[in-house]
Order: sequence, then C-alpha cells, then structure tokens
Amino acid sequence: MADQQNTINTNKWIDNYADYLFNYAISRVNDSNLAKDLVQETFFAGLKSAKNFQGKSTERTWLVSILKRKIIDYYRKINSKKGKAEVRMNFYESGENEGDWLEERVPQSWDNASEKSIETEELRNQLEICIDNLPEKYAMVFRLKTIQEFETEEICKELDITASNLWVIIHRARTQLRKCMEDNWFNN
Amino acid sequence: MFKKLKITCDEATTICDKNQYGEATTLELLKLNIHFIRCRICSLYTKQNIKMTKIYKGHSKTCKQVTHCMTTQDKEKLKKALEETSI
Repeated sequence: MADQQNTINTNKWIDNYADYLFNYAISRVNDSNLAKDLVQETFFAGLKSAKNFQGKSTERTWLVSILKRKIIDYYRKINSKKGKAEVRMNFYESGENEGDWLEERVPQSWDNASEKSIETEELRNQLEICIDNLPEKYAMVFRLKTIQEFETEEICKELDITASNLWVIIHRARTQLRKCMEDNWFNN
Repeated sequence: MFKKLKITCDEATTICDKNQYGEATTLELLKLNIHFIRCRICSLYTKQNIKMTKIYKGHSKTCKQVTHCMTTQDKEKLKKALEETSI
C-alpha cells in the first residue's frame, strides 16, 4: 500500500492555520502581539523551507513543529537575557541558616481566607496582575503547568529544560504569587 | 538515617509545590511530613498553598474556555507580507 503524501499549498496557509497557530502560541506566551509575531515568523520560516517538506506529516503538524522551535528560541532568549536584573525575591536565608525562611518573608495568616477565596472576576484580575509581575520565564512555565495544565514532560520538551529546572521555576513562581496575593488580596 | 530525611524550608516548600500537581514521590512526602513536625511556618504555607491551588484551578478552567483568534485585519496584513516574501 502506497503512503499518502501530504502536499503544501501556501496560498491557503493564513485561512487554514493562522487561528490555530495563534491560539497555540498565545496559550504559551500569553501575549497577543508576541503570539502574532511568532505566527508570522513561523509562516516565513515555512515558506523558506517549503522545499524541505517531505509530506510525511500534515501541513499543520509541520507548521506547529516550526512554531514550537520559535517558542523555544523565544524562551531561550528571555532565559539568557544577561544584564537585565531579574525581579526575583529571595524567600530563604543563605549562609549558616541556608534554606530557612527569611523573617520578613514568613507567610502571614489569612484571616478572611474563606471569604476571599470565592471566585470572582476581581480575584481573577488580581491573580493575572500577580502572574504578570513574575519574571517572564517564570510566568511562562507557571502558565503552561498550572493554567494550561500541560504534562511536565511536555513542557520540558517544548522549552528544552530539565524536570528539576521546571520544579525550581514552579516553586519560585508559586512562592512569589502566594506573597503577591497575600499582600494584595488576602490581607488587603 | 534521620539526617537523610532532614530538609530545609526551601526544600520542603518545593516538595509541597510539586505535590500540588500530584508529582511528589513517597520519599519526598515522608521528608515533608517529618519537616512539618518541627516547622509550623511550612505547615501554614502548605495550607495556603492548597487554597491557592483551588484558585489556580478555577482560573485555569476559565482561561481554557477562551479560544483566541487573529483579527481579520491582522490576517490580511499577514497575507500581504507572505505574498511579498514569496514573490
């Protein structure tokens, strides 16, 4: 039985795949303009390498694989921005008491937590503000794991990071988010 | 033996975070529970973390219901750009 070969039709790319790729990108980077740029770059890269398309996968799968590379490149770029100070709070001691809570960062009790945990538009808005205040790479990994609920393995593959690296990022993100919500929501 | 089970607050809260996704190992959970015996702060962190997980899950549900599409205007721009490149 002969394998069915997929072919490329660049004229239909925008109509057929722009929305799918845009949705794919935005769920990973959470920035509409950046997602648009990534989709555009994907189409340009696709055009450039159209000759290499072997027809073994569908056009969409092939374009998604290009987009994935673009997302990894973007992640690497934000991960290696040297000189740009990372806005990361330290929560734990170093030196003799390494790993213990810093006194000023110790979690405070949330007196009205049950009342404040009821899901409202306001709560979601505050949460989004706190996520947006995270360093970009933390926000990206946190969204993929917690909001989009991707498997650990999938994120590691997509962003080319190790599982232990992922857990360190998730931990730092969650610690900062907890503090941000404590200051701006629970104890506000 | 007990020395091996001793962890710092940083490690304990990392395990606690991992456990929110059901991905902490049995050994890690054992270390975490031993840590709780001597650390009330991490116990409080864990309680609050569980609350935060519920909030994140609710937010996740809302976010996942949204499908993002490109505007017709953006698509037209992109079409033109692609046409110019392919000429």
